Amino acid sequence: MRSLLEKYPQTAEHMLDMLHDLQEAEPRNYLTRDALRAVADYLNVPLSTVVSTATFYSMYSLKPRGRHIIRICESPPCQIVGAETLIDLLAQHLGIGVGETTEDEVFTLETTSCLGVCGVAPAMMIDEELYGNLTAARVVDVVEDVRRRDATG
Amino acid sequence: MRLARGHVLIGINEEALLAGARNVEKALRDGLAEAGLQEEIEVIETGDLGATGQGIMLSVFPDGVVYAGVTVADVAEIVSEHLLKGRPVERLRLAARPTGPTGLTKKQPRIVLDNCGVIDPESLEEAIASGAYEALAQVIESGTKPADVIDVVKKSGLRGRGGAGFPTGLKWSFTAPGEQKYIVCNADEGEPGTFKDRLILEGDPHRLVEGMMLAGYAVGASKGYIYIRGEYSLSIERMQKAIDASREAGLLGEAILGSEFAFDLEIKKGAGAYVCGEETSLIESIEGKRGFPRLKPPYPGAMGLWSKPTVVNNVETLANIPPILRHGAEWFRGYGTESSPGTKVYTILGQVAHPGLIEVEMGTPLRTIIDEFGGGVAEGKRFKGALIGGAAGAFVNAEGIDVGMDYENLKEYAAVLGSGAILVLGEDASIVEMLRGILHFFQHESCGQCVPCRAGTPALRAIMDRIVEGHGSQADLDDLVRIAETMQAASLCPLGQSPILPIQTALDGFAEEFQAALHQGAAVD
Repeated sequence: MRSLLEKYPQTAEHMLDMLHDLQEAEPRNYLTRDALRAVADYLNVPLSTVVSTATFYSMYSLKPRGRHIIRICESPPCQIVGAETLIDLLAQHLGIGVGETTEDEVFTLETTSCLGVCGVAPAMMIDEELYGNLTAARVVDVVEDVRRRDATG
Repeated sequence: MRLARGHVLIGINEEALLAGARNVEKALRDGLAEAGLQEEIEVIETGDLGATGQGIMLSVFPDGVVYAGVTVADVAEIVSEHLLKGRPVERLRLAARPTGPTGLTKKQPRIVLDNCGVIDPESLEEAIASGAYEALAQVIESGTKPADVIDVVKKSGLRGRGGAGFPTGLKWSFTAPGEQKYIVCNADEGEPGTFKDRLILEGDPHRLVEGMMLAGYAVGASKGYIYIRGEYSLSIERMQKAIDASREAGLLGEAILGSEFAFDLEIKKGAGAYVCGEETSLIESIEGKRGFPRLKPPYPGAMGLWSKPTVVNNVETLANIPPILRHGAEWFRGYGTESSPGTKVYTILGQVAHPGLIEVEMGTPLRTIIDEFGGGVAEGKRFKGALIGGAAGAFVNAEGIDVGMDYENLKEYAAVLGSGAILVLGEDASIVEMLRGILHFFQHESCGQCVPCRAGTPALRAIMDRIVEGHGSQADLDDLVRIAETMQAASLCPLGQSPILPIQTALDGFAEEFQAALHQGAAVD
């Protein structure tokens, strides 16, 4: 953890970058208490400062998440082409609610504001990959495909 | 540089990548090699080719043929028929539409997007060949004084393309004196339905580097930050490459072009907060804090990043600077209207025949944008209305379609123009449902710092939920306006001040639909 932090000068300016890096390094895609503590120590600020910053931004999580994060867009351009139905469908398919993680720790389902790919709405992002022109059939296919790749490693 | 007889540009953006553009590119290169054309025809990655929802697009030069929806299976035919025999593959040609960077029409003046989709955004040489850094060189080599640079921008009449439409030259001239100043580029594009800045970042990153350098030169700043949404991975990657290449070439750093001017750039990656599009929140976020908006005044020009004088400009605003300095204020004033000169970049989306990215002169009527550039409502449906400007935007009904899109005509809702999002709604769209979506969005994105917004956004949402479920009353409609007006008057930043716009315009423009919803809820199909 220390080696990840030492890439940056010890100034608060780099806190967001540090949090991005530490979260990415954690297989469960979240900021552990140790990670938050390490940032606080490195920057010599109270832990509360780091926690308050981390909880402000939607891309950080303080709870363990799945190995893959599904972010489905719920902004108006996606909404008018049926995003809500897809969110419900995904939740049902995965057996979890929005913000929850599947029991096998593969997926966390999140909603997001505009992903900026409205030309192919409705859209979602799984980890760093974007998927557009989603339909009920395709959304399940994509998710199952990621699950298969996850299983084979 | 090897000369090729022809070029195939492949539009690489997030959409094309997810459609498998890399596979098509590989097939194309393999196909050319197989046909022995690899020395004659060059494959170049470029940015957005000006149309969305068209799949993978290729643009073939010098023929000027544009292909859309290309798959790996089509590549062999394109190579053998068109590139080898010179017969374009008609079935893949993009249906003639009056947009696009390749001269499909002369109707679109391209000031901001002239290189997008034409050059390889990852090549400094191509950018320079297309005029990048020319304005900077002119300014430095002619010894133009910073005050004179500001003067040109003032005379051009350029107004901020982020939202408020504040005159850019004036903003620059208000920057307080000081040893250390900063230029910040706001690339935290979060307004739903907006992605024009992403396409500029992806399609012509050197334009932005140059724009920021010129801004830095004008106000006396030696450091710039580009704050890009964390979700925009390709933008971050391309921008970083452009910065590295410029630094390598000695364009960024100390003693730029042999002068005393020094300037460097750094990218800051956001972490998911709509409110950070507000300039003081964005500054807080760069400083590594929660993105809480600050009280204004003092404005960033006086006390911004680390309390130093700071200019915050939007991507599109900065992208206008190099051409203005290259061609002069008068040239720029030749476009658009008297009070809103220049062009505006829009994304046309929703139930429209040709969704996409366009650049038109300021003052172009909404009807022209939708009918001529967007091809009208999709599937021949009746035009019901449009949401212009995203969530913090305004609904326009069928009677409002002739509005001229410029700052004067849209004065009452100034923020609307900036984001450039035009969401077209056909006859079966539910305005009531859309307004509910918007109010959910505001509740989610409210940062919680000031009470009017923190308490107001959930109240608005609850009322709207009730109306959609068919349990609303006239008092609820009145409350929506009353609460949103209070928020407008008392909130700290534009987020809390904005919900009144979509609420008021929806209630005014679609009164009957809301009355119907009070009795039976929103029609859900």
